[in-house]
Amino acid sequence: MNELVAAVPWLGKRNPTAARWLIILIAIAAPFIAWQFGRSWVRILDFALLYMMLALGLNLVVGFAGLLDLGYIAFYAVGAYTFALLASPHFGIHLPFWLILPLGAAFAALAGIMLGFPVLRLRGDYLAIVTLGFGEIVRIFMLNLNYPVNITNGPQGINMIDPINLFGWDLSRNIRISEDFTINSLFLYYYFFLIAVAGSILFIQRLQISRIGRAWAAMRDDELAAKAIGINTRNMKLLAFALGATFGGVAGALFGAFQGFVSPESFSLMESIAVLTMVVFGGMGNIAGAVVGAFVLALLPEILRDVAVPLQQTLFGHVLLDPEVLRMLLLSLAMILMMLLRPSGMIPARARYCHDKHLSQHLNNTLKQEGAK
Amino acid sequence: MITLLEARNIGKRFGGLQALSDVSLTIRKGEVYGLIGPNGAGKTTFFNVLTGAYTPDGGEFVFNGSLLPTGKPHKVVGRGIARTFQNIRLFRDLTALENVMAGHHIRTKAGVWGVLTQNRFTREEERLTTERAFELLRYVGIQRFADVVSKNLSYGDQRRLEIARALATEPQLLALDEPAAGMNATETGQLKQLIQQIRHDGITVMLIEHDVKLVMGLCDRVAVLDFGKKIAEDVPAVVQKDDAVIAAYLGGGKHAH
Repeated sequence: MNELVAAVPWLGKRNPTAARWLIILIAIAAPFIAWQFGRSWVRILDFALLYMMLALGLNLVVGFAGLLDLGYIAFYAVGAYTFALLASPHFGIHLPFWLILPLGAAFAALAGIMLGFPVLRLRGDYLAIVTLGFGEIVRIFMLNLNYPVNITNGPQGINMIDPINLFGWDLSRNIRISEDFTINSLFLYYYFFLIAVAGSILFIQRLQISRIGRAWAAMRDDELAAKAIGINTRNMKLLAFALGATFGGVAGALFGAFQGFVSPESFSLMESIAVLTMVVFGGMGNIAGAVVGAFVLALLPEILRDVAVPLQQTLFGHVLLDPEVLRMLLLSLAMILMMLLRPSGMIPARARYCHDKHLSQHLNNTLKQEGAK
Repeated sequence: MITLLEARNIGKRFGGLQALSDVSLTIRKGEVYGLIGPNGAGKTTFFNVLTGAYTPDGGEFVFNGSLLPTGKPHKVVGRGIARTFQNIRLFRDLTALENVMAGHHIRTKAGVWGVLTQNRFTREEERLTTERAFELLRYVGIQRFADVVSKNLSYGDQRRLEIARALATEPQLLALDEPAAGMNATETGQLKQLIQQIRHDGITVMLIEHDVKLVMGLCDRVAVLDFGKKIAEDVPAVVQKDDAVIAAYLGGGKHAH
């Protein structure tokens, strides 16, 4: 949160309290603003929050621990399918949400460890290739596990997944307050996801400023030196994979419940790359970067899609480029501009690994002592 | 004198190169022990084998009366051996303070649960880690730069920071790999004082160094390696006059006798 506050242009450094309230205000007001443009925009915001969670989790693996993971979406898939299998008519099982969520997280973490073990000795490009393969393996499993025993229902995916139900309160139902005032379920999901994202930020921030976060950073900067000061790099890598995967798994479970339908095509390699792009675009290794990157890159293509068709029609009288093609084109363009103008991301802040409070206290003491001399 | 570390017949081969053959030496508690020799003599290899970065082909280390695990760096550090590197290896994107705090990792215990819940134990441990890191920065004299990212520190300060980080692991034996390399005379003088202070505070120091003046002035005993073999081990004054050592350094080899 502090990093996010500091990232607010102009205000962040001058008045952190005001910047903090501004962020909270925007976060709360966002769906109301989006509603003005149509309900699909609130839906897009809901997805943006899920992407934020994914970006936060991936940032933990790539940004903090320095392990380039190109198959991150596999954990999202594990979470989503866990939810889908345990709360849908497919098997006829309908477990409560609060039971499936930790299960989805646990399965994803397990998948993270399964991926972690064989790649312990790999770095950089080699690691990227193996994780990419892992992501594809998971997707292909989902695609083909419908024969001889139908587990995942193959390419058709799983339908009619139970919505999120918080102690009897069904988030998928609009709340009717009066004749002409109802709270749309998209709003309910938005605020629920917002809480989930806020919780993720809190957890990840705590991990970052701890002996675990420092061990990850040490491993990322110099693995040999990290070993030489007694960091058990094997355990720390597995921990990074497992915890990163946990966030992916939770996001996946939320996705499954929100969408009501999962199929293997939601978990393609392009999705992994999209999430990684969000992390890189925002600024690797800091929480604010992941949040902003996810927000911008989840919204930007939708805005372009909305603008591109009418714009082309007025300019050329017909649609020259399909919005979907344009999306990839403009995303790539955004990335190239990014690399040229701000090579370390939109928010290139250096992440902190010790408490500001402790630091300033000790620095003040040092200054006093030197002044006394 | 109590023996702190005993190396018994350590051997290490890289393909056709016998980097270490049958090296045995003893380091006593509280001394400064120098390891010298011409380039390529196997000094750094010895450090790497000792600290678990390499697994030796033969031989064993006895530290504080029990066998040292080989090939497991974090366990060696846990037993109380810390090292620095010939070419400085700091965590470049961390500040000086964070580098030292990272060095404290093995002496702290907080797990994921403690960190996520920020329970009292974890908070207290974190506070102590910061405090201890600051003390160490003060100890090596760079507390002013606590909040400076380590890659931006001056060369001499980076060397000091690396020593502070090694000290944060609370070692009994501190192994320094050419700490004075690239330093000017003033910096070397300050380094000498620092090493003397470390020894004074009860930590045994093992030192690889090319600066003969520093070695002779600082070390209680010196071992000389040449082509992976120990050719001498004694107090500096005696080693200096040793024929084999002179031959090794002047390039005469065995045939010069």
